[in-house]
Amino acid sequence: MTGGPGTERRRVVVIGVGNEFRRDDGIGPEVVSRLRGQAPADVRLVVSDGDPTRMIEAWTGASLAVVVDAVLADPPAPGRLHRIVVDRAADAGVHPVSSHGLSLGQSIALARALDRMPERLIVHAVEAADVRQGVGLSPAVAGAAAALTAAVLQDLPADRGPTPDRARQA
Amino acid sequence: MTHRGDRTLAAKAIARVEGEGAMYVRVSDGRVEEVRLDIYEPPRFFEAFLAGRAYTEPPDITARICGICPVAYQTSACQAVEAACGISLPAPLADLRRLLYCGEWISSHALHIYMLHAPDFLGYPGAVELARDHREIVERGLALRRVANSIMEAIGGRSIHPVNVRVGGFYRVPAPGELAPLAEQLRGALGLALETVAWVAGFDFPDFSCDHELLALREPGRYPIERGTLASSGGLAFTAADFEQHVIEEQVPHSTALHASLAGHDGSYLTGPLARYTLNSRWLTPAAAAAAREAGLGPDCRNPFRSIVVRAVEIVCAIEEALRLIDAYQPPDRPFAEGAPRAGTGHGVSEAPRGVLYHRYELDEAGIVRSARIVPPTSQNQAAIQDDLRGFVQDRLELDDERLTRECEQAIRNYDPCISCAAHFLSLRVDRR
Repeated sequence: MTGGPGTERRRVVVIGVGNEFRRDDGIGPEVVSRLRGQAPADVRLVVSDGDPTRMIEAWTGASLAVVVDAVLADPPAPGRLHRIVVDRAADAGVHPVSSHGLSLGQSIALARALDRMPERLIVHAVEAADVRQGVGLSPAVAGAAAALTAAVLQDLPADRGPTPDRARQA
Repeated sequence: MTHRGDRTLAAKAIARVEGEGAMYVRVSDGRVEEVRLDIYEPPRFFEAFLAGRAYTEPPDITARICGICPVAYQTSACQAVEAACGISLPAPLADLRRLLYCGEWISSHALHIYMLHAPDFLGYPGAVELARDHREIVERGLALRRVANSIMEAIGGRSIHPVNVRVGGFYRVPAPGELAPLAEQLRGALGLALETVAWVAGFDFPDFSCDHELLALREPGRYPIERGTLASSGGLAFTAADFEQHVIEEQVPHSTALHASLAGHDGSYLTGPLARYTLNSRWLTPAAAAAAREAGLGPDCRNPFRSIVVRAVEIVCAIEEALRLIDAYQPPDRPFAEGAPRAGTGHGVSEAPRGVLYHRYELDEAGIVRSARIVPPTSQNQAAIQDDLRGFVQDRLELDDERLTRECEQAIRNYDPCISCAAHFLSLRVDRR
């Protein structure tokens, strides 16, 4: 079956991982929210709790998956951005740590075992200052949200119009 | 000499999970002197900040307690508020609530069976390693979760923390015919669920039996999921309104969770799949009942290690129920039952995948929550898990620390404690004397 215009981008997905009730862990959903209206219309925008089975369902068959997540680093530099291109096969050592217990590393490992990796996987991570219970990003992470959103947009195919105001949950 | 007389096993808490577990075992002169399981229970914070909220808010707020069983929290919350306000659901809305809950059972049980628990029985450190050797098996688990997510999306609006649930019913109900694709998916999933039962029934199960009193909901004529009255294996029978007269919670020094016991009964009690099954197996749906028989389950099941079989049978039951409910579905006139707030107290119970979940709300005349109480299944089971671990460790003292630790972890996973990272949530340190 051949698709119409935009079919290729339809296979692009941005997955914002996190829990907005765990402060900086909400950066993933926040970036997805900011992308509405900015990302190309046929890019799928997904919010996820990071559950590996849901992550794999969200990116299976994608030509490009961009994952946005918070990480804890040692020593920490809250707000610092990281961009990691994950190889389809090799262990890239990506272990973002969010308030959800199952890490992105496990999603990637499981997807590899099941041959369900997207053709390209890019992880945008921001170092968190605070992932305790509560709402609202820390100043350092809130201050990085615009740059992070811009960095994600840079990785998406060329714009052909804004997205409808919708995002689905994975 | 195959074992040391004095041993201390301590499992440290692991941070950054929505619930943290730790285990401590002390052995002296070859006897297990102390077993402590510490589970951090986030719901306690919710009770405090529910006070002062509107009566319409508990379903959405409490759904956030758990990413795995939000529908359980929404349902118990709705039923408690509806009881306080005198709202009763017409049958089509009650059926939709049950259908949504079926989705959560399938999703939660499939996650636990395939991702968390089966690797224990097959000698794999986790689902990733299992998937490397048995891709088709793990794909079957993912397919079951996909169907479950479809139910959650169709009825709940999205698959995690559904947004379509409200006091009195739903914001929107499916149009006629909208559920037909779901039924098609479910018919396919029924075969996968039956394969799951046959698969897990073939595992090796340690010979172990618990004699706890069992507590579950009961709804004569059908398997309890989203509602019912309470019944115990010891003959107790009471309604949600009397829950706090029968279930006594008390502080224990080593845990932020409260320990629950049944008033007037010695010892701990167990809620969850074993209790549900033992008290209600006669009301399983036909294919689920047949699958249970073929899997070697009798009318009772008291071996926690076989809870994985019960969960698989319950997936079959939930799929059959979902198909029946979709087949009978007639859209209600309105998506929700109207009701004005009034001063009073309401109680709600439902069968979360891992056991009875109780909510109680006290409202003032304006519908503001004056107080809230939530009793989740994991805190009810905590004492029973400890009791079982004590006996389990005592019978296995000849094992070295590494093996004993692994088996203790597996034993704890039998109960599917609501810790979002139940896989490997214990890392054990051994102090030898």
